[in-house]
Amino acid sequence: MKQSLIARVGLPRIIIFAFLLLLLALCVLTKQDLGAITGDVIVRFGMNGILALSMFPSILCGAGLNFGVPIGVIAGLVGGLLSVEFGMTGFGGVAAACLFSVPIAVAFGYLYGKLLNTVKGNEIVVGNYISYAAVSLMCIFWLLMPFTNPAITWPIRGTGVRTTVTLEGFYDGLLNDTLSFTVLGVKIPTLLLAAFALACVLIWLFSRSKTGLLMKAAGENPMYAAAAGISVDAMRLKGIILSTLLAAVGIVIYSQSYGFYQLYNAPLNMAFAPVAAVLLGGATTRTVKIRHVIIGTFLFQAIITVAMPVANQLAPDGGLAEVARIIVSNGIILYALMQSGGERK
Amino acid sequence: MTKWKRTLKKNAVPLLFISLSAFAFLYSGASGPVVVSDVVSRFARNAILVLSLIFPVLAGMGLNFGIAIGAMAGQIALFFVMLAGITGTNGLLAAALLCVPLAVVFGWLSSLVLNRTKGQEMITSMLLAFFASGVYQFFFLYLLGGVIPVNNPDFLMGSGIGVRSNLDMTGMQYALDDLLKTDVFTCLLATAAGFGVWLVYQAVKHKKQPLYLALLFALDAALLALGVLGKFGGLWPQYRVMVQIPVATLLVVALVGFVIRYFFSTRMGQRMRAVGNDTTASSAVGIDVNRVRTQAMILSTLVAALGQIVYLQNIGTIAVYSAHENVGMFSAAALLVGGASVSGATVPQALLGTLLFHLLFNILPIAGQKLFGSPEIGEYFRVFIAYGIIAVTLSLYAWKITAKRNATREKKRN
Amino acid sequence: MESEQPRLSLRHISKSYSGNRVLSDVSLDVRAGEIHALLGENGAGKSTLMKILMGMDEIRQSGGFEGEILLDGEPVQIDSPKRAHELGVCMVHQELMLVNGFTVAENIRVGREPVKRIGRGERDAACLPIDFSRLREQAKTALERLHVELDGDMPIAELPVTQMQFVEIAREVDRPGIRLLILDEPTAVLNDEEAECLLDRMARLKQSGLSILFITHRLGEVLRCCDRITVLRDGAVAGRAESGKTSAAAIAEMMIGKRLLAIHTSERISFGEPTEEPVLQLNGFWADLPGERVERLDLEVRRGEILGLGGLSGQGKIGFANGLMGLCPSGGVVILDGRELSLGDAGSVLRAGFGFVSEDRRRVGLLSGSSIEENIAIPAMLNFGRFLRRVGPVQMIDRRAMRANALEFIHALDIRCTGPDQPAGMLSGGNQQKVCVAQALTLRPRILLVSEPTRGIDIGAKHLLLNVLLRLNREQGITIVFTSSELQELRSVCDRIAIISRGRVAGILPPDAPEAEFGLMMSGLDVKRSGV
Repeated sequence: MKQSLIARVGLPRIIIFAFLLLLLALCVLTKQDLGAITGDVIVRFGMNGILALSMFPSILCGAGLNFGVPIGVIAGLVGGLLSVEFGMTGFGGVAAACLFSVPIAVAFGYLYGKLLNTVKGNEIVVGNYISYAAVSLMCIFWLLMPFTNPAITWPIRGTGVRTTVTLEGFYDGLLNDTLSFTVLGVKIPTLLLAAFALACVLIWLFSRSKTGLLMKAAGENPMYAAAAGISVDAMRLKGIILSTLLAAVGIVIYSQSYGFYQLYNAPLNMAFAPVAAVLLGGATTRTVKIRHVIIGTFLFQAIITVAMPVANQLAPDGGLAEVARIIVSNGIILYALMQSGGERK
Repeated sequence: MTKWKRTLKKNAVPLLFISLSAFAFLYSGASGPVVVSDVVSRFARNAILVLSLIFPVLAGMGLNFGIAIGAMAGQIALFFVMLAGITGTNGLLAAALLCVPLAVVFGWLSSLVLNRTKGQEMITSMLLAFFASGVYQFFFLYLLGGVIPVNNPDFLMGSGIGVRSNLDMTGMQYALDDLLKTDVFTCLLATAAGFGVWLVYQAVKHKKQPLYLALLFALDAALLALGVLGKFGGLWPQYRVMVQIPVATLLVVALVGFVIRYFFSTRMGQRMRAVGNDTTASSAVGIDVNRVRTQAMILSTLVAALGQIVYLQNIGTIAVYSAHENVGMFSAAALLVGGASVSGATVPQALLGTLLFHLLFNILPIAGQKLFGSPEIGEYFRVFIAYGIIAVTLSLYAWKITAKRNATREKKRN
Repeated sequence: MESEQPRLSLRHISKSYSGNRVLSDVSLDVRAGEIHALLGENGAGKSTLMKILMGMDEIRQSGGFEGEILLDGEPVQIDSPKRAHELGVCMVHQELMLVNGFTVAENIRVGREPVKRIGRGERDAACLPIDFSRLREQAKTALERLHVELDGDMPIAELPVTQMQFVEIAREVDRPGIRLLILDEPTAVLNDEEAECLLDRMARLKQSGLSILFITHRLGEVLRCCDRITVLRDGAVAGRAESGKTSAAAIAEMMIGKRLLAIHTSERISFGEPTEEPVLQLNGFWADLPGERVERLDLEVRRGEILGLGGLSGQGKIGFANGLMGLCPSGGVVILDGRELSLGDAGSVLRAGFGFVSEDRRRVGLLSGSSIEENIAIPAMLNFGRFLRRVGPVQMIDRRAMRANALEFIHALDIRCTGPDQPAGMLSGGNQQKVCVAQALTLRPRILLVSEPTRGIDIGAKHLLLNVLLRLNREQGITIVFTSSELQELRSVCDRIAIISRGRVAGILPPDAPEAEFGLMMSGLDVKRSGV
């Protein structure tokens, strides 16, 4: 009975949960501000949620974990910069950023999906390096793009995009602060959570639509799908486009909370945290549920946030918290690969 | 004609990069001696790392982005040698010896994971490197000084916990490079002489086609002439002064290259090639596939560890937390630039690739400055080339696997 | 003769996979210097027997086997392919096990390359360089033993399949101490001439004292070259024969078996006798399904009948339905109710009025992780827009309608499950098959294509399924094309039975034609005779 409980909840989740409890205990022992830490956890949960949700359509349609997050992120960043360029602030700014990024994300997702359809079975490694190449190519474009708003361009040269574009005065923390309230010393970012919830509901509804079900069928068993008359490649393409779109919107929500658009090499490893999060939540390279995204993102962000003050206590000079993030996220992905590798042969 | 075409097609990638370098060199207006001198030292320090990729490629495991783990083994070895106060050539030797057990264990551990993720080795090795980097950083950042006492505070951060992020390799810098260093023309003369002796031997023993031999003799004569003119004729004085050749390091590179070639002529090497070509068939004829894959990982990690030690003795400081970071990516890109693929690589390809890749690395920023007025464009462009060639090669490889699968099915159907 | 020690002796071999018995009490003797044929339909247990003999991991991992193996009278434990090789038991696999990037010579000696001599002694270390000139000589000797002339330096990938086959045989025969050679359907990929050549080499090997266990489907070959024959059916020995004292018809009968299924043919209620009117006409239909190639099919399916497609495996009967559905490359003229059908896309074929139950329910028929109701509904949803409701611009799934439909079929077909939301993969084989049938029926087809619906399911479920097919035909007038390897099954429900051999219709027989006629037609012998 005990065995089956471990099997049901999953070893990685149990380890991470135990680790989280240990960290919390250490926090209490070292008299950290638990309210502030909890607030941080909630904010990070909200801001990373949609990025993690971008794994959902990709896994659903059979293209596996979406290592193409950076491609969507680039689309979102271009959309975001456009909204800043036109000086749009407040809710209009966030909405414009999302809207501008939609056509770009669809175009990028289409090309990326076409490519992934030719490399079936190797989506992860190809997707990862295509994303790296895209990010490094974009570095050149950031330098050359004809933005003119001084909030974007380098101060002295007046051309080229800065490495970080601040959103102060545009929509910095807009969703975090509007309608927020404080309970037991914990600040609840109402709209941020609502945005993530809305995205989850929309994707859940999508999974209950005709396209969603057919996409699931194409992903689960391409041979069944072919025999039923489903065009597997078209379904995969749709799923990848949707994933790219979610990543684009995800980075806008993330950035408004973070307060900056981070450019150049910043998107490079953006895929790893969301990948690790959904795997931690219980997804595999072939199956995923919305609850995996939610649980996973929460656990993953909680670990990283709670680890920070503890780590600083242990080794004041170094980035021990960063080290914890590296070990946890890559360890989880490796574990998942080993699990799915065992089934192959 | 078709033979020419085939040769051309086979070497399309290196040719493309040779023309790109030539173009960049011409338009950059960079100074010849400076570029040559820099490329020589970059080649010498990076070649062994690139060579370390050959084993897993031929064992069918693709590009081992995990050679960063070997690099970490090298760094750990260097750290403890420095801590023990051994310097100079002795220090390098000690580090080279110490890294062997470390690399063997690390390689073995990696293979445990990789043997459970067949078909996904490349992404797994990349993630393994990231993961190992985390553990490595934990070791240096916290355990050293925090748990394991370190008697020399010079190595530690102010708080006494964790190793400083930059360690000066006093006394060990250039310990290998400086063992034997000559100017470029002396080196040319020596090479030409050795090459000539080998040619005469070949001519007497094998009697190859006379035209082929004549061409090689002409090449040798040209090298000889260049050497004589430069050394005694007083031509190209800048090159004579500025371009110093680290002969000892190059000899080590050559030695590693020969050992790899020898390995693949043995039965062990043949088995590795068999596994790389066809895993199912190999296991059906009684080859222990997992064991061969483990051997490939251990050898790769070991050579990478040695390579990182050679690399760092040239750099002179250990960036404890970042020196290993991009080793896998840049080495893989260099290998591919030389014309290798995910499933096939040779020693000459690795060496040619290292040369071309670092030539590009050197001159692209200069060309970027000249053409666009911004060195950053060149810098970003060279990173793009590295990632781009890996991405394109991997896509083509994955696409080819699918095509090949269909083709064999076709063939079996007659 | 009787007192002579057999080279290989299998005694009372039994094997189960998770409770499912695939071999029971199989005994078999192979004498020294004989060619012994092992025959049997797909799923008869031949490949499991070979896996046991070669000590494959799979056997050990699934709980080992019962019985014993004797080599030259000595009981042996074969726990790995390596051990089998050491004992002199070697096998040439059906899917060729050659290293693609290697030359012919390298392939023949792979894993056993000669190394250069250093000093005086003959050392055998893995870290010494390979002596390629000796390797070439050794390969040449091995090929000469087979009387094959091949350039040892040729890359293996450039050879035609026959010669690859020879290289593989040369490699196995070259192993030191070989006593028994197993050939698993070596002629399956060869044409007649090439097969002849191979049989000739086998005869030469036999003369040199080697015992050969020869697995094949081609009865003609068996009669010509084998000394003795063992036939497996349903995991047990169905019969033995000596090739001089038997006929193709007798062997075919052994393979097919005589069991009759007790199906109670229900009376035709309202649709009467099947008409002569064709509903589906195939002219020059071909389908390129690997291993089940359809060369040229000219066939008429009559309205309201159950047409059986029978024949030995590998002859193309499976290719028909798959090709029609566009699951493999296919072509030719297909006319449904006077209108030509466009091939290549499963959707358009389904919409034209076909229902399809695949022979491979696990891989093609089902989404094993999805619920029963989804499995049943998806094709009809996509192709006929059923189970959908519009919410604004989007089409959402009508879960209620989907469930009602599933419940209806669960009741009608008696699908044993915990409910319509149970994942299909959790069901037993027979119930999975019913889900597949329900899925096809939800499309409300005019013609139902059913392939091997009873493969791997128990006898009770078999009866139920066959009855369902009968009822659908008799009560609802659905025309059925029923493909099966089990002739008795076909005979118990079909109105006519077409035997497919070498990708063509060998003949059409009434279900009550004599066994021998079916046997001969299946063996392809009469076709050949009339052809030559």
